[in-house]
Amino acid sequence: MTQPLLALRNVSKIFRLANREVRAVENVTFDVREGECLAGVGESGSGKSTIANMILGISPPTLGEIVFRGQPLPAKRNLSHRRAIQLVQQNPLSALNPKRSVGASLRLALDVHSIGERSHRDQRVEQLLEEVGLSADLRRRSPAALSGGQRQRVAIARALACQSELVVLDEPTSALDVLVQARVLRLLDELRRKRGLTYIFITHDLSVVRNIAGRVAVFEKGRLVEIGETERLFPNPDHPYTRRLIGAVPVVTADEAALRDRLMEEQDAGA
Amino acid sequence: MSETTLRIRDLRLGFMGYTGLVEVLHGISLHIRPGERVALVGESGSGKSVTARIVLGLLQSLRSAQISGLVEFEGRDLERLPDHERHALRGTRMSMIFQDPTSSLNPVYPIGTQFQEVLRRGAPGISADEARSLAATALRGVAIPEPERVLESYPFQLSGGMNQRVMIAMALANEPSLLIADEPGTALDVTVQAQTLRLMRELVEKHRTAVLFISHNLGVVREFADRVYVIYKGRIVEQGSASALFAEPRHPYTRALMSAVPRITGGGIPEIEDASADYFAPIEVHEGFAEPAA
Repeated sequence: MTQPLLALRNVSKIFRLANREVRAVENVTFDVREGECLAGVGESGSGKSTIANMILGISPPTLGEIVFRGQPLPAKRNLSHRRAIQLVQQNPLSALNPKRSVGASLRLALDVHSIGERSHRDQRVEQLLEEVGLSADLRRRSPAALSGGQRQRVAIARALACQSELVVLDEPTSALDVLVQARVLRLLDELRRKRGLTYIFITHDLSVVRNIAGRVAVFEKGRLVEIGETERLFPNPDHPYTRRLIGAVPVVTADEAALRDRLMEEQDAGA
Repeated sequence: MSETTLRIRDLRLGFMGYTGLVEVLHGISLHIRPGERVALVGESGSGKSVTARIVLGLLQSLRSAQISGLVEFEGRDLERLPDHERHALRGTRMSMIFQDPTSSLNPVYPIGTQFQEVLRRGAPGISADEARSLAATALRGVAIPEPERVLESYPFQLSGGMNQRVMIAMALANEPSLLIADEPGTALDVTVQAQTLRLMRELVEKHRTAVLFISHNLGVVREFADRVYVIYKGRIVEQGSASALFAEPRHPYTRALMSAVPRITGGGIPEIEDASADYFAPIEVHEGFAEPAA
């Protein structure tokens, strides 16, 4: 058994409010294997975004530990941790500095992490843009002068700029139109294969998960209720919550409706 | 017999900007009969939301908007209606549900006060007690378990799904003949969205409310609508029954849109070709689903 890239060991996150405690994540344990795309799905309040924040080091776990390449990650991350684990957010407009040109944002990522020779970095910016399917000419534009799909591609380029190993994708295509979404998903999939990247793909959209993730972890109210291979889990989920989740997905073909109806019947029979 | 709730004929819209006239709608026609659930589906910028706003009369006051074409509601040309009559229609004969329920409700008044205001539009003389009991009944109608508690609450004290139900109850409180729903449920979790749509469907069926359902989500449209208009860059490109259109999409744009939706049964990430000139191909009308003659 090879060592997982990232492991969460009995991780909990408890928010203490004035008069009560909110257990946002409760005793969650799972591995992320090197080179895989692991989806984290759940509804609002499931804890999926809190887990993403803990992995990124935005907020440390209350209990338990997060292990990266065999080493426990400290609450305060050093530069090399921050380089290795990157984030792509749902709304790229708020993720990119509106006052900085696209090229300058990418260049900053290279400068901060001292990637490559200084004199080669501008050229590297152009390569990065081309790698995510954008014209190098776009580097002079501000994020506001790009379409939603282009912006998300820039955000992806920035996450890749510093030779990251693990990318946390938090609803990366939820704000995009369906035609643009398909293109961005394809790009993400190609980049992962080509660069040997590992993804944690946080989303509520199970149709997307079915087609991009090798494994899926289902969260409900801060608990991990089920984790398994996508191929196995979608036709035959073990947990009633997973069945309910898949059963609620709006679908476009008769085949999909048939799968959904079967899961709902099993749900009723089991209840 | 040509009873229609809403009839739009050759509607055109342009906005006057610094660089000249930007055309947004290039002559769209659609109709909705009583009790029909009709979807207008398209991507962002296709013109679906502005169409709804024109029907409600919310765009006409914009000086930069140039509108032509016919919008007829229950046989009356809305352009010829005096402002006060048009105003009187909104919230009574036609009403609207927006995408984000929490921001469409007023944050500084409790639900009860806002509900009373809605009911007063339909029945100006209604007493506070009557309004309250009508509101409670309406909330029970959208499966809200403790209507009295909800009437006391402010929107921020309720969940998104609860607020959306409140919006639905308010929108249907005066028994409108036309309900315009702009991306309802998009901001909600999938399980809540599914419940909300089911609920909305039952209610409009019961009251025979005509619905103009605006959405970018093909799956949701398939669940909810009887008939579908697909809109691309301000043009209707395909129209037909929901069942026929989903089983056999004919227009190149509809086909591209349909194939771009990832399937829950698998099959990989769809391969999308670049936008083609075919998307501007003439409209495909499924047999029996043409616009009625004037």
